[in-house]
Amino acid sequence: MLNRLIRITLLSSVIGLIYLNTAWAGDTASPSMLSDTCLGCHGPNGISEGPATPTISGMSEIYIIGAMLAYKYNNDEDKIDEIIEADEDFEDVEYFARTSTVMSRIAEGYSEAEIKIIAKHFAELPFEAQEQEVNSSQAKTGAKIHEEYCEKCHEDGGSSAEDDAGVLAGQWIPYLEYTMADYSSGDREMPKKMKKKMEEAHAEHGDQAVADLIQFYANQK
Amino acid sequence: MSKFTRRNFLKLTGGSLAATSLGIGVPFIASAAKYKVVVVGGGVGGLIAAKYIKKADDSIDVTVVEPNAHHHTCFMSNEVIGGDRDISTIKFGYENLANHGIKLVQDKATSVDAEGHKVKTAGGTTLEYDRLVMSPGIALKWGAIEGYDEGASDIMPHAWIAGAQTALLRKQLEDMDDGGLVLLAPPGNPFRCPPGPYERAAQIAHYLKHHKPKSKILILDAKDKFSKQGLFMAGYKEVYGEMIEWVAGADTGGGVKKVDPKAMTVSTDFDDHKVAVANIIPPQKAAHITHEAGLTDDSGWCPIDLGTFESKQHKDIHVIGDASIATGLPKSGYAASTEAKVCAHAVVSMLHGKDPGVASYANACYSLIAPDYGISVVAVYKLADDRSTIEKLGGGLTPADASAEMRKREVEYAYSWFNNMAAEMFA
Repeated sequence: MLNRLIRITLLSSVIGLIYLNTAWAGDTASPSMLSDTCLGCHGPNGISEGPATPTISGMSEIYIIGAMLAYKYNNDEDKIDEIIEADEDFEDVEYFARTSTVMSRIAEGYSEAEIKIIAKHFAELPFEAQEQEVNSSQAKTGAKIHEEYCEKCHEDGGSSAEDDAGVLAGQWIPYLEYTMADYSSGDREMPKKMKKKMEEAHAEHGDQAVADLIQFYANQK
Repeated sequence: MSKFTRRNFLKLTGGSLAATSLGIGVPFIASAAKYKVVVVGGGVGGLIAAKYIKKADDSIDVTVVEPNAHHHTCFMSNEVIGGDRDISTIKFGYENLANHGIKLVQDKATSVDAEGHKVKTAGGTTLEYDRLVMSPGIALKWGAIEGYDEGASDIMPHAWIAGAQTALLRKQLEDMDDGGLVLLAPPGNPFRCPPGPYERAAQIAHYLKHHKPKSKILILDAKDKFSKQGLFMAGYKEVYGEMIEWVAGADTGGGVKKVDPKAMTVSTDFDDHKVAVANIIPPQKAAHITHEAGLTDDSGWCPIDLGTFESKQHKDIHVIGDASIATGLPKSGYAASTEAKVCAHAVVSMLHGKDPGVASYANACYSLIAPDYGISVVAVYKLADDRSTIEKLGGGLTPADASAEMRKREVEYAYSWFNNMAAEMFA
């Protein structure tokens, strides 16, 4: 608890400083001004109280950019490729089609410059897992499946942002379920490597593999 | 505070985070001046403004003035009326404000001395301020509908300020016999929570369908169109068949004009309706204190600069939330939350004599038609170059052909919205 308080206090101080960047000038709003508007849905400091909306703090910057571009341009591959190629800041951004309820409508309202600022802002804030009920035996099986098929890209049990894959560890279960359902329906596009690994995991562990993986990720602190 | 040097700060936070922010400008955190900000109103706008002002500059003395010991959120109160949610889950206390270093004066602000920079309370306290943030919400226009005064609302609840009124409307629905008529009277624009009456109709229908299926809901609107209309009408039909009937203002000469709580009748210019339950949502204006303080114009609401929310009538006073005329933004809870953030930024910048910079606003508004059927409207906004309006940059409604799965997800995201908004206010 004390640790959490210290962390929150420090975090607040940091946000305070960013907030007051008087030298932030130009055509766009400041990082906190732009990003704070997200928090009514994504939670104070970008840490969601759930039950479904994901925590976005501590995610990889280029992962957030990739997601926002996919939302903004409604998965228009040619348009997104063109934008990625035209801007060297987007050099490492990978595009994968994805679906959403509100995010595609919201992302429409932000420019590429603003998306960069928002992505950097949340990438610099710490991820914090929230308590939720998990099935521990499924989580145990999920841990093994993760180690064998997923860890190579979703490093450190799915908690790393360094790998530029989504942060899975500690995300809310409904969010993880929606994501996996979208992958399986084809509404969300898997990277080639992921597709191969998911097929292998499915062949070996059956339909249960995805459910076990979700419990494993949800169980990470 | 003196220990909070730049070097210590870097040591404490370590890493690039601090460096990034410190690299650009010298923070105000070491400022010697102790500015005073008073916030009137402990709802969405007031609490979030107080927290974000404190977050931005811990040295500012922030005091919230709020008469009630608890706050019932208006959001999700329709689910209480529909019976799926207990009223205790929308009730929150102010105890965590102290953890943020924010003072709470539990008292009613009664007058403002704009020249002298002072707020007076019913309890006799005088609070001085350098900047005042007013987020007092709405007042109901008693008497605008003939016969509908405060006493009448004990029999025909408005339930438009959550709490006892919410519980009363719920109880009346529980007590009514199957086959009764439930009448809803939404007001003309502008009013708090534009889609609220129509979500309420759906939530009441959800209850009646399962417990009193012979009953009917009649919406006698003062308006000819309403928020998310297409989605609501399609949802009503799909989930509740013919149970809900909506009548446009044009067909009744402008909706409900008169009520008789004793006879339980509700009248338009053309018809009288004998009702089992009447939910009368009267026309509204900014809360009384804003009129008292001379912050309103002829419309009954408070004109402001849209980039800072500073009053156009009195300097050093900001008005946010439903009481303000935030041209371009709806009177929604989420809009109030982003108004509070824009205002907090402006207040802190202006106290320090700095330019508030570019503002950014958003709205995200969910309505629950059934437990597995959610719809939404969202938008992102910026200030127009001439500051005359807040312009929409993008956004829109749930697509009419959204799948059942997506509608279900919108319910889960609505609950997440509720939890996160509550945390923004009360955590």
